[in-house]
Amino acid sequence: MKDLKSQASRSTTPGKGGLTPEIQSRIGHQLRAMYDDVVRQGVPDRFAELIKKLDAPGATPHVENEGGSNDNNNGRD
Amino acid sequence: MPLTDSLRNDILAAVPSLRAFAISLSGNADRADDLVQETLLRALANIDSFQPGSNLPAWLFTILRNLFRSDYRKRRREVEDAEGNYAKTLKTQPSQNAHLEFEEFRTALDKLPQDQREALILVGASGFSYEDAASICGCAVGTIKSRVNRARSKLAALLYVDGAEDFGPDETVRAVIGGSGG
Repeated sequence: MKDLKSQASRSTTPGKGGLTPEIQSRIGHQLRAMYDDVVRQGVPDRFAELIKKLDAPGATPHVENEGGSNDNNNGRD
Repeated sequence: MPLTDSLRNDILAAVPSLRAFAISLSGNADRADDLVQETLLRALANIDSFQPGSNLPAWLFTILRNLFRSDYRKRRREVEDAEGNYAKTLKTQPSQNAHLEFEEFRTALDKLPQDQREALILVGASGFSYEDAASICGCAVGTIKSRVNRARSKLAALLYVDGAEDFGPDETVRAVIGGSGG
């Protein structure tokens, strides 16, 4: 484990751009570790409060639509 | 559809992964939370356009992704303190080794073209299907697959094979034969 690089490169197939299953799983593992670390932090208060406030009857503030036309731009760029 | 309690709870439940997506994309915790906030405001302002029964996380991720991309165009020349800022968001202080490994990974991830990075994160970390990822990114399923594959290959080259990108066939063979090569 202390020498990830040489361990991993030994099992690559150089020149073919091929990924060994070992390297694929190592990348997947690191990616999820990074991601899940944030997921585990849960919902910060600021967002819980934001959603609660917006939900209060009659309290829905006017969200400025500076872009206007951008608002329905879902799925397209 | 109107903002019901259950819809509100579903939106809340999506916040942790929206943050993770935003941080993975931007590499900057403060900016990521601004993106999430903007996403929630947009989503709530446009809640009428959400189709009941459709994929709420995918809808929210689409909004965030589009915001990030328009924001990115404005900011692309700004210098960012990606690693330093991200490290602050970590709850537990990783051990020295793990931390170095993490920074290496983060740096490599930031070197990917944006299209590839977002595809890899959506499929490899958020757990979306190729189909959902394609709809979030507004492209074909095959395009997503090839972006994910290219992202993996590039990460492997950056992380696990030193300088592999610069290798022509000759150098590759030499490196394999010569081991540590000098």
